[in-house]
Amino acid sequence: MTSELDIFVGNTTLIDEDVYRLWLDGYSVSDAVSLRVRSGILEQTGATAAVLQSDTMDHYRTFHMLERLLHAPPKLLHQLIFQIPPSRQALLIERYYAFDEAFVREVLGKKLSKGTKKDLDDISTKTGITLKSCRRQFDNFKRVFKVVEEMRGSLVDNIQQHFLLSDRLARDYAAIVFFASNRFETGKKKLQYLSFGDFAFCAELMIQNWTLGAVDSQVDDMDVDLDKEFLQDLKELKMLVADKDLLDLHKSLVCTALRGKLGVFSEMEANFKNLSRGLVNVAAKLTHNKDVRDLFVDLVEKFVEPCRSDHWPLNDVRLFLNQYSASVHSLDGFRHQALWDRYMGTLRGCLLRLYHD
Amino acid sequence: MPGKLKVKIVAGRHLPVMDRASDLTDAFVEVKFGNTTFKTDVYLKSLNPQWNSEWFKFEVDDEDLQDEPLQITVLDHDTYSANDAIGKVYIDIDPLLYSEAATVISGWFPIYDTIHGIRGEINVVVKVDLFNDLNRFRQSSCGVKFFCTTSIPKCYRAVIIHGFVEELVVNEDPEYQWIDRIRTPRASNEARQRLISLMSGELQRKIGLKVLEMRGNAVVGYLQCFDLEGESGLVVRAIGTACTLDKLSSPAAFLPACNSPSKEMKEIPFNEDPNPNTHSSGPSTPLKNQTYSFSPSKSYSRQSSSSDTDLSLTPKTGMGSGSAGKEGGPFKALLRQQTQSALEQRGGSPHRFCRRREFPFFTLTAFPPGFLVHVGGVVSARSVKLLDRIHNPAFVGIMGNTRSYKLLDWNSFNSDEPETRDAWWAEIRQEIKSHAKALGCHAVVGYSESTSICEEVCILSASGTAAVLNPRFLQDGTVEGCLEQRLEENLPVGCGFCHIPYDELNMPFPAHLTYCCNCRKQKVPDVLFTTIDLPTDAAVIGKGCLIQARLCRLKKKAQAEANATAISNLLPFMEYEVHTQLMNKLKLKGMNALFGLRIQITVGENMLMGLASATGVYLAALPTPGGIQIAGKTPNDGSYEQHISHMQKKINDTIAKNKELYEINPPEVSEEIIGSPIPEPRQRSRLLRSQSESSDEVTELDLSHGKKDAFVLEIDDTDAMEDVHSLLTDVPPPSGFYSCNTEIMPGINNWTSEIQMFTSVRVIRLSSLNLTNQALNKNFNDLCENLLKSLYFKLRSMIPCCLCHVNFTVSLPEDELIQVTVTAVAITFDKNQALQTTKTHVEKSLQRASTDNEELLQFPLELCSDSLPSHPFPPAKATSVDYSSFADRCSSWIELIKLKAQTIRRGSIKTTVTVEKASPMGEGNFRNRSAPPCASSTVGVVKMTPLSFIPGAKITKYLGIINMFFIRETTSLREEGGVSGFLHAFIAEVFAMVRAHVAALGGNAVVSYIMKQCVFMENPNKNQAQCLINVSGDAVVFVRESELEVVSTQQPTANCQPSCPGGEVTT
Repeated sequence: MTSELDIFVGNTTLIDEDVYRLWLDGYSVSDAVSLRVRSGILEQTGATAAVLQSDTMDHYRTFHMLERLLHAPPKLLHQLIFQIPPSRQALLIERYYAFDEAFVREVLGKKLSKGTKKDLDDISTKTGITLKSCRRQFDNFKRVFKVVEEMRGSLVDNIQQHFLLSDRLARDYAAIVFFASNRFETGKKKLQYLSFGDFAFCAELMIQNWTLGAVDSQVDDMDVDLDKEFLQDLKELKMLVADKDLLDLHKSLVCTALRGKLGVFSEMEANFKNLSRGLVNVAAKLTHNKDVRDLFVDLVEKFVEPCRSDHWPLNDVRLFLNQYSASVHSLDGFRHQALWDRYMGTLRGCLLRLYHD
Repeated sequence: MPGKLKVKIVAGRHLPVMDRASDLTDAFVEVKFGNTTFKTDVYLKSLNPQWNSEWFKFEVDDEDLQDEPLQITVLDHDTYSANDAIGKVYIDIDPLLYSEAATVISGWFPIYDTIHGIRGEINVVVKVDLFNDLNRFRQSSCGVKFFCTTSIPKCYRAVIIHGFVEELVVNEDPEYQWIDRIRTPRASNEARQRLISLMSGELQRKIGLKVLEMRGNAVVGYLQCFDLEGESGLVVRAIGTACTLDKLSSPAAFLPACNSPSKEMKEIPFNEDPNPNTHSSGPSTPLKNQTYSFSPSKSYSRQSSSSDTDLSLTPKTGMGSGSAGKEGGPFKALLRQQTQSALEQRGGSPHRFCRRREFPFFTLTAFPPGFLVHVGGVVSARSVKLLDRIHNPAFVGIMGNTRSYKLLDWNSFNSDEPETRDAWWAEIRQEIKSHAKALGCHAVVGYSESTSICEEVCILSASGTAAVLNPRFLQDGTVEGCLEQRLEENLPVGCGFCHIPYDELNMPFPAHLTYCCNCRKQKVPDVLFTTIDLPTDAAVIGKGCLIQARLCRLKKKAQAEANATAISNLLPFMEYEVHTQLMNKLKLKGMNALFGLRIQITVGENMLMGLASATGVYLAALPTPGGIQIAGKTPNDGSYEQHISHMQKKINDTIAKNKELYEINPPEVSEEIIGSPIPEPRQRSRLLRSQSESSDEVTELDLSHGKKDAFVLEIDDTDAMEDVHSLLTDVPPPSGFYSCNTEIMPGINNWTSEIQMFTSVRVIRLSSLNLTNQALNKNFNDLCENLLKSLYFKLRSMIPCCLCHVNFTVSLPEDELIQVTVTAVAITFDKNQALQTTKTHVEKSLQRASTDNEELLQFPLELCSDSLPSHPFPPAKATSVDYSSFADRCSSWIELIKLKAQTIRRGSIKTTVTVEKASPMGEGNFRNRSAPPCASSTVGVVKMTPLSFIPGAKITKYLGIINMFFIRETTSLREEGGVSGFLHAFIAEVFAMVRAHVAALGGNAVVSYIMKQCVFMENPNKNQAQCLINVSGDAVVFVRESELEVVSTQQPTANCQPSCPGGEVTT
């Protein structure tokens, strides 16, 4: 006796969250069944392995049919074939677009192209995430990227509207799209200590302040592309380190203000010029695409690592950066106050986030 | 020109890409009704075209309106080659023809293609203007309402229940025409879909005419079936119960599910000792009257074999219909005479339909209070027929209808005369009628008919429950009825229907009678089998459960007549064993009555399958069932003895366990109260399994189970051993689960609102060619048990819940394939509340019992004025909160979209959700305000249930019958996920199309939903599969009880619609 056909169709589509998770994680039906058996479900329900197999198959089939709709979530809302309560629809979408931290760290900032797709095998081996799941996550990134890439309006809003994601997840995707489009390098060894959350935080600040959308909300691509004009202008900041007088003045202003307040005052005093040079040079280099990509590498190399080697406490870093940015306003010879604020405001936030072990 | 049909094509969405180059589609729409076709403009390069067409107007007679479906075809325009069809939508416009049903059909319909499935959606608005033509009812039967529900629909009152209506139409199956060899599968499928749509339209119209002639205005319990006879044609047949219904003017706020059986006996302490010897019982059930007749179709009558094969088991009791039982009471005879005359009166009029009215059959399974007086038992008849077309040279026009040309426009020959099929059914119905008569009953309720076809052999089956009915509902003279009713009311409520209708001294079969345990006045049988639902006033102890008997019998492959003979020879054994199994299982559960019994016999190439499903209950009126005893044949063997006693112990344990599980704790009845109604000395009769192969024995056995006190199973061979094992292997559902195949679960009355209707299909391939009956039985048993286990597992999140209306269908699509299809609904209930309501119920019933006759006298009067228990509607509160403001918000769809856009911008899915949730409630409003159909951008929830009610809700409007037939075919089976993937998708699509039609009618639920057919064929070698599905149900509008207050304030607006005149029934 072999089962030729075995199906269950409910008027309301049954969604088993646990099986959905297993499916999303890319397990085959037989793997999923053995994982479910291990979870002790048979003992809880008194079911047999055959029942579990049939149930798992059914759910997998349903998910397979739903997958097409999940590629365009608004379709899931309007389609008539599966009657799914709105809360469940939201859950399906949210979970489908959720991604693994380990995976996203591998892909973040890389070009979402076929070439990368071939690397998925390696990522799968490296992270222990099934290839199937890697594919889904990669395809999700790519799909979202393709849809919102050349769209007008806020990146987060666009993602939310077209993929019906939660606010948090939409923000994460905005970061992924932003990183993919600007190809920021995140894979270097010295960047390994950074989490996706760190990068997403920076991305959000940069989107808010450094993109076209920060000045004009009516341009295509406004949140994806960095404001080229702004990047060009950043060259002007170079005088802060090139002009020796200005640099000395800046240093003395900061040192006066922070004397007695910093635990690492002497280290700061000794390193001030190096640090300032580093931060300003990063700004000046941003005109070149290649240097834009290395932004995070540079920040870590030029600022985070020197501070860390001197064991600056985070609070000292905060005090220093605040004072460092604010003191520029007192430099009479420096005319680019607004530009400085736009640059340093964001950078300060980023650096504070990046500064940890 | 009595009608104008107006159609507007608004828009499409999610269309498939038809032009690979541009990844877009140039879509346009053809709207066809009858022979008229309109086209929309081509909407270039879009997957979401906005046609916004003008109103296409069809001027047609109402006859056409009834028969023809509106056919909408979506095509892709192609400049150089032929336009490609994207898909079709068939819309049955029948619901627009009743004055009080839907007034407009408007909404998104899935575009369906028989090869590709659903391909996008189309938004359509359909309206009908019916002109007031006095001759309107001449040809057509517009205005007759049809209900699939097998009880009086909730917002109606039955004035008169006229009786049985039936009709069938026959045509050649397009699949088997010569042209099918040259046309595409798509064209063939579409021809078939269209033909069946036409045929069912015609059938419904014809039945409507009959109803009008009976002066009725509705058909309740309408059941339409297709017989795919293959080469010999396609039969569409329908049966129903003609009624005159009256719309209840004030909506009564009552919960149908709450009319639960009382539990008076609950407080009485349970006695552990069932004392099986006190109450003797045996399989003396009224499931007696089966007929197995094989009569070759007329063309075969020259064969002398007909007498050999005609095997009739009808007991010739010679009981006159007029003979009144001594114990029956004086009014019973009077009642019977009256009812009979009432039935005959109508049947007697010399009319061309009079032949049909001679059957006092009712397809209803639940009745207005007081309608059902006594129940005799199950009556059934089966007959094996040979389908043959060579000897039926029939011509066009034989259908006896001038309009038949429409069905035959592309085939010149009609395969078979409907008269032949009519005669077949008439024969069977006659059998049923005489069986009922033998049981002292003048009517058959819960009546149904079915067929099973394999190659050219067809088994026709009919079954029902013999009953005595109250003539009040069958006659126009209500005064007399009232008098009668009062007399009847002296009978105690809750047990009256159990009392035997036949004469005790002249019993149609040896049955064991005792005095009713409830009233102690009348006699009752020890076991009662019925095909109806448990009457709402029946006194039941404990809960019910699903009981199934499953059986397979191998059969030699044979041709034509030999095959038919073999089948008719096997049938009695099948019936007998199914019956024995049911009886055993019933006893094992400690119960004494079966409701909703449905025995399905399926014929295949090399086997016969029998599947009986019923809901077992313990009726308080009937005696406690005896246990099961096992007797061994070789008493010398010690170890064998031990084994037997071990088995016996196991059985006794199971019975005790079941009693606990189903809370069956009847009061202990002492011998003296029962009296000694059994004049005969008790004697043990044995159930002789080994000898049951000889046919005379069967006749004997079937009738002689009576006088004995315990059910004895004799284990004399491995076969019987097998049976005992299978008895014990039936696993009870996991805790928190109950199941039944009736509308309501006896003993559960506090349903909560969560329901989940589902269909599950399983096909197994039998492994070996040399199968034995035992192996086959085991396979089949495992299949059913595993299927149930799977269902329990899948629905575990709903616990505590009950699977209601569990409907199993077995088919044998190929040699080694067994297909089982289950449709049921899972309903959650509140465990804690159950106890409370039971308590109050008990208190109430105790109160009622204590009050004197005054109340009893009032009761019939109440009944006369209103047959349904109606409680005063709670006065609507003026504080209807901001529902109206919600309505305002949604009155303009642009605003709604804005609202949605805002919520999206705000970035929380949750807020979107709340808008969606609210929409089903506001949906009625969208339509009433004739907002653009694209108003609701979200999909409203449509509930589906095989039950006639929705728990926790009140049905406020019936919108019309849904009767849909779909074919799906694939030539890329593997790519679509194999057979499972293919069928899974198809069933999901069928559900979607049903929901879409209901939503377009303005409804939010389908009740009495049934999947009548699911024919699945595969050819994995060719990577092909085909499936046919036929579903039906009643589209309704329901309102949650919690929302009733709010809606009552809304109702005036709803009634003020210009196109809905009053809402009165035109008789």
